[in-house]
Amino acid sequence: MMDMLQIFLNESFWVASLRIATPLIFGVLGALLCERAGVLNLGIEGIFVVGAMVGWMSVYAGAPLWLGVIIAAAAGGLFGLFHAILTVPLGLSQHVSGLGITLFATSVAQFLYRTILPDVSSPPRIIPFQPMDVPILSDIPFLGPVVFQQTAMTWLALIMVGVVWWVINRTPLGVALQAVGDNPDAVNAQGLSVYKLRIGAVVAGSALMALGGAFLTMSAFDAFFFGMVNGRGWICIALVIFASWRPGKALLGALLFGMFDAFQVRLQTEAGAIVPSQIFLMAPYVLSIIALVIVARKAEYPRALLHPWFKGHR
Amino acid sequence: MVIEPRGNISRGVQMAIPVIAALVALGLAALPLAFAGAPVLEAYKQMFIGVFGSVFSFTEMLTRATPLIFTGLAAALAFKARLWNIGAEGQLYLGAMGAVAVGSGLIDGPAVLMIPLVMIAGAAAGAAGMLGPAILKTRFGADEVVTSLLLNFIILIFVQMMLEGPLKDPMSMGWPQSEPILDNAALPQLIPRMRIHMGLIVALVAAVIAQIALTKTTWGFKIRAVGENAAAARHAGINVNRTLLGVACISGALAGLAGVSEVAGLKGYLTTDLSPGYGYSGIVVAMLAGLSPMGVVIAALYVASVFVGADSMSRAMGVSSYLADLVVSMSLLSVLIGSFFARYRIRFAGKAGASQ
Repeated sequence: MMDMLQIFLNESFWVASLRIATPLIFGVLGALLCERAGVLNLGIEGIFVVGAMVGWMSVYAGAPLWLGVIIAAAAGGLFGLFHAILTVPLGLSQHVSGLGITLFATSVAQFLYRTILPDVSSPPRIIPFQPMDVPILSDIPFLGPVVFQQTAMTWLALIMVGVVWWVINRTPLGVALQAVGDNPDAVNAQGLSVYKLRIGAVVAGSALMALGGAFLTMSAFDAFFFGMVNGRGWICIALVIFASWRPGKALLGALLFGMFDAFQVRLQTEAGAIVPSQIFLMAPYVLSIIALVIVARKAEYPRALLHPWFKGHR
Repeated sequence: MVIEPRGNISRGVQMAIPVIAALVALGLAALPLAFAGAPVLEAYKQMFIGVFGSVFSFTEMLTRATPLIFTGLAAALAFKARLWNIGAEGQLYLGAMGAVAVGSGLIDGPAVLMIPLVMIAGAAAGAAGMLGPAILKTRFGADEVVTSLLLNFIILIFVQMMLEGPLKDPMSMGWPQSEPILDNAALPQLIPRMRIHMGLIVALVAAVIAQIALTKTTWGFKIRAVGENAAAARHAGINVNRTLLGVACISGALAGLAGVSEVAGLKGYLTTDLSPGYGYSGIVVAMLAGLSPMGVVIAALYVASVFVGADSMSRAMGVSSYLADLVVSMSLLSVLIGSFFARYRIRFAGKAGASQ
């Protein structure tokens, strides 16, 4: 029991929690933007893969790290635009389109990787983002290392929580965005374009999702390998419901998830001899399902989520 | 720009859409082929030869189509009731595990007894795999898309655990694989020296039964009613939840049979790379088929041809075989877009043709 307490008092635990949470923060924010506007984006898993591959490949080809981040976001936005065109003006099934985007984006990333690097046996590496050692601030006991020794992409994720919160809650655009996910007819009556708002939200959200993938290859690791996203996108889809579509709660959900994952890794080293390691590997997915089941009944989905809206139809 | 419905879609158009979509996706493969620097026409030729070039390659394609028919049916039936079973990949592994648990030495008997037992065990395991998410949906309102997707990951890790534990073959030199399926429990080959096996026959029978059940029985009517409008179905006195749970079981059982067929008909023992994503490809198969069980058979043949053809082209020309996944995913998106143009026309306001 003392050992468990020790885990929580150790600053490396909190550093790891925030690091594990980072891609999920990007992903949940992205999913939240899409769904607030009324569009479920199951392309998330594939967009993660694209972001991871494209960002990494750009840097491997010689681009600076931040340019890689931008390229990854742009690639994510592009696949988002595809999903948005299919689901918004064409009003096609958001489920099927999203799954199609995931399959398509994943195979594009894998095909490109294999075609550009046909002969590599072990994945080539890049020099990823390094922890930002901020003078003075990093020396603050405990809080210093946890917050200020993260990489710049973790900071970006935390900043994006604030940005998304601000846009949704404090700007006219945010009001319109929420309305378009709840009552598109009213938005149309106001003279605003339902299509533009929804497409814009899906593109922006998908760009954020791609950043979650880019974090994996450019910050958490230094290489791209197949299967590295490993369901993180789907976990974000569960977390966004858990977060009741609020940016602050999305951060909380991702952090709780990161804490749990960091905790189970440490528990694994303690209890590894008795419990099969796979039990711990399963934990994040099981946890996501449990979180979903707990909130499912009282979840207040955006009212127009999954409902296409056609101009000129009533 | 205004979108308006076309009214009734003729059966011919309905059948033509997936064919056109499949051709478009195959045609679009020219882009990645050119990107990879391959002579495009030669690559297509190699793909064609890879499927239709010999009796062996054709039976290989049929062998590859077998699990896709099962997972395609699993997706088609569930989607018909608007139950989003995206967990066929996991249910396939559960089915394979069920088959291995029963068929690798736990009991022994004549083949007439063992083969049905192995199938029942696999189907039951697969059914249980979808019953879980369905219950979470009907009891707690938890979205089955997310739960069935996440279960895929949980089940695959569970398979790893079993293959390092209770199901591990002590003779496998530490390799994580199960004990082999007994000869009596293995699905017999259909043609000597070819890998094609009885699983294909079972899959075809399942498709025929599913077609009849869906179009000719009250159960099929209920499924369609629930899928088209759950509220109206409930109002009409249909027990929606019970229908959903029933479909979930059948859908999971079909995906489980894909696993049985692969492990007892083809591989002989269970490893964690039994399926290269047949569960996910099954979704594409179902959508190409327009959710019709007999259509699933044809769509599965197409998807299997793409996989086998691309594999063979890849060996001959060094283009990544991930081209196949690219074509399959583009087929799904194409058929989705095609379904739109069948149902609606786009009218550009301001053009002369705007008034009718």
